[in-house]
Amino acid sequence: MKMRAAPLAIVGAGLALCALPYLRLPAFYESFLYLALYWVVLATSWNLLSGYAGYFSFGHGAFFGAGVYTSATLATRYEWPFLWTLPVAAAVSAAIGVGVGAVAFRVRGVRGELFALLTLAVTFVLATIVGNTPIDGGPGVYLNAVPVPKLGPSATSSLYLMMLAAAVATLLISWTVRNSRFGAGLFAIHDDEDAAEVMGVPTFRWKLGALALSSALAGWAGGIHALFVSYVTTAETFNLTVPLTVVLMSILGGTRHWAGPAVGAVAITCLLFAFTGSSQAVLGKGAIGLILVAGVLFMPDGALSKLLRRPRAQTPVEPPDAVEAPTASVIAPIEEAPRGARAKASTQPVLAVRGLDKSFRGLKALSNVSLDVREGEILGLLGPNGSGKSTFINVVSGHFAADGGEVRLDGRDISGLPAHRIARAGIARTYQIPRPFAQMSVLDNVALAAMYAGRGIAHVDAGRAEARQWLEFAHLEGKADALPGELNLHQRKFLELARALASRPRLVLLDEVLCGLTPSEIHAAVALIRRIRDQGTTIVFVEHVMEAVMALTDRIVVFNQGLVLAEGLPADVMNQPDVRDAYLGVAHA
Amino acid sequence: MSFPSWTLLAQSVLSGVFVGGLYGLLGLGLGLSWGLLRTINLAHFAFAFLSAYLCYQLTVSAHMDPLLTLALVVPLMFLLGAGLHGLSDRFRLTPFSSLLLTFGVMGIAESLMQWFWTADPRKLESSYGDMKLRLGPLYLPIPELLTLACAVAVAFAAWVVLRHTDLGKALRASAEDAPVAAAFGINQRRNSFILAGTCASLAGLAGVCIALSGSISPSQMYGWVGVVFAAVMLGGLGSAFGPLVAGMVIGVSEAVTMAVTAPSWAPLVSFTLLIVILLLRPGRVG
Repeated sequence: MKMRAAPLAIVGAGLALCALPYLRLPAFYESFLYLALYWVVLATSWNLLSGYAGYFSFGHGAFFGAGVYTSATLATRYEWPFLWTLPVAAAVSAAIGVGVGAVAFRVRGVRGELFALLTLAVTFVLATIVGNTPIDGGPGVYLNAVPVPKLGPSATSSLYLMMLAAAVATLLISWTVRNSRFGAGLFAIHDDEDAAEVMGVPTFRWKLGALALSSALAGWAGGIHALFVSYVTTAETFNLTVPLTVVLMSILGGTRHWAGPAVGAVAITCLLFAFTGSSQAVLGKGAIGLILVAGVLFMPDGALSKLLRRPRAQTPVEPPDAVEAPTASVIAPIEEAPRGARAKASTQPVLAVRGLDKSFRGLKALSNVSLDVREGEILGLLGPNGSGKSTFINVVSGHFAADGGEVRLDGRDISGLPAHRIARAGIARTYQIPRPFAQMSVLDNVALAAMYAGRGIAHVDAGRAEARQWLEFAHLEGKADALPGELNLHQRKFLELARALASRPRLVLLDEVLCGLTPSEIHAAVALIRRIRDQGTTIVFVEHVMEAVMALTDRIVVFNQGLVLAEGLPADVMNQPDVRDAYLGVAHA
Repeated sequence: MSFPSWTLLAQSVLSGVFVGGLYGLLGLGLGLSWGLLRTINLAHFAFAFLSAYLCYQLTVSAHMDPLLTLALVVPLMFLLGAGLHGLSDRFRLTPFSSLLLTFGVMGIAESLMQWFWTADPRKLESSYGDMKLRLGPLYLPIPELLTLACAVAVAFAAWVVLRHTDLGKALRASAEDAPVAAAFGINQRRNSFILAGTCASLAGLAGVCIALSGSISPSQMYGWVGVVFAAVMLGGLGSAFGPLVAGMVIGVSEAVTMAVTAPSWAPLVSFTLLIVILLLRPGRVG
């Protein structure tokens, strides 16, 4: 319940600070607090995209500047009442943000440092355009004649109150996003964007939404700041100060916490203040640089995460598979599935694939692949390395777009849909090398799938409750609060399974879940897969461990060089001579 | 907008080639450290401007020949570059953290330079400054000509080292796959210190060229960042001649933009180019 206290604290602090102008303190306090709040808004808004989703932007100056110039232009040239210019400033900034994002987020490779450089370049392009057109025209825009809306006893206090309101709103938004399904999606994007998309997170729209929100708030603050400085120039608006400072503040405070950037903002503003007015003004920049260097080296996760990190109770490391290893024999033969289970397999195809093609630069990875997956069956997908099994999974789950052909889930054409739509339609997958979201707890990893795919649970708490069931199902309930890095390979593979199941899929694509496991772990995994099927999920099972394939699968399909080589009952198919040749090589005797 | 005369246009193209040489010279070190060391070194610009100021100071107070200052500046920058690399090596920085860290270094350097030399522009008065060659109606200033010659020579040297020496091959192998390279007995740590130092030395050389060609002020260094990054990305990371050729393309297009429209439109060219490269060829960088 501590969580719910945060928004109350934000509003309470905001109300208390409202009283400040009436205490008849020197105007200096209002100006100082104004600046602190101004940086709180800018840093916190930056963090919505860059901290939460990990798309570090150096372009916050562009969005801020768009707000500055929108308000300045509307208030001076068109003589709008000042308060009316602020929503427009926010809207213009958001529109620019969406424009940049709509292009940049479509290019897969523009991440990390490239996104940072791109947004920096956008800032200077915008600055050049503003400076060379009548928007600024070169000399700058004076706002001296713009009447300051009377909100407080003086002009300074009115500006202070405007920024206070903006800061309260920004912090509330930051908190809400952090604790929402939207925020969980952003954090998943931060850790592994492709996996997030496959779990059903609409990554493109989410990034665009975060950028729009982030730039709208920056634009709003920029609008207010235009009136505060009363004379705006492109050199002072679109320089590196804003992006550098907000990055610094957020890194220092911690980007994974809703209040991190705000804490950093207050700290840095105080520090900057210590340098202004004295003869050491020049050193202020150097001090900021020094703090940035120290922050990157010694506190890469920020001060808040350092302070708030709960001393994780060092649970004694249990033997890796104490939970489900059969005690009788380590290499126990995997028993045949009861025939009854197989009989359940009906003829209604859950997945119908027709003529699927996929090439990589002329190399045909899949060529004219057609197959059916029937309701309730376990279909084994076999083939030598490079035969197209993983490509098949990647295409069906929407990670790659097919070059041709058709994929139908329950009769509905899903080919060409983005991966998150396919996940919602009911296809889940696991990765051969587990790809958990590294900085989210095991529980939240599973909750994400529960919230985004399948039943689409809207609330984080409900999502976690659902996730707990699946952790129990996979015997991982003891690890709910651990980070995935603390799990061993076997547990990470089970986490993959729990994540896939939490989306309540019609069909699960299991990509070599047994690869790398010890014989006893394989045994536990096989038992788990059987339980998955028993509760009604259809399974496509890509595997090299023949023993498990023969025991588990109802039918198998063999791929070779992108073609379907054989299809049928396991025992029949494995006895075909061409299948043997594909696997073992042609006999030259 | 009136169309400029052919002489003016030719002179613009020429000055574009010259300034492109400087972009290439600065871009070479930046691109090598990005491509081969995975360090996005914004401090490169700080090194260059620090060198420019050192050259200025040594010429003014010790009456050294500006070109002779290279003998002091280049080794000093080598040490600074290797020292900075020591930090990122010690803390195993990712490319992105290196960008942030060196951003901080840039801020520190700026305030140091402001402290010693103030924010006002300084101009090096040297015997080279006024020397010009005449080529028909066109003027070829000697400092720019020297810069271009340096840029070409250094790019050629880098190409020879990368292609034809063991050190170059080792560096490229490590950039491709460090663990495998190490398994083949390559001492990547030693090599990376040599490379980081060399890149900073190149920044030193570029800095002296900057000091020779015009006035310098601390905040100017930010103006170079976008253009040089554009040159590096267009030319290819870790490429020897790429940044130089790309730098000249950018320089000429900037100069022509300035001649045809107003000088204040020039940044639009380089930054738009940078955006376009990032969007069309993200695989080429990073």
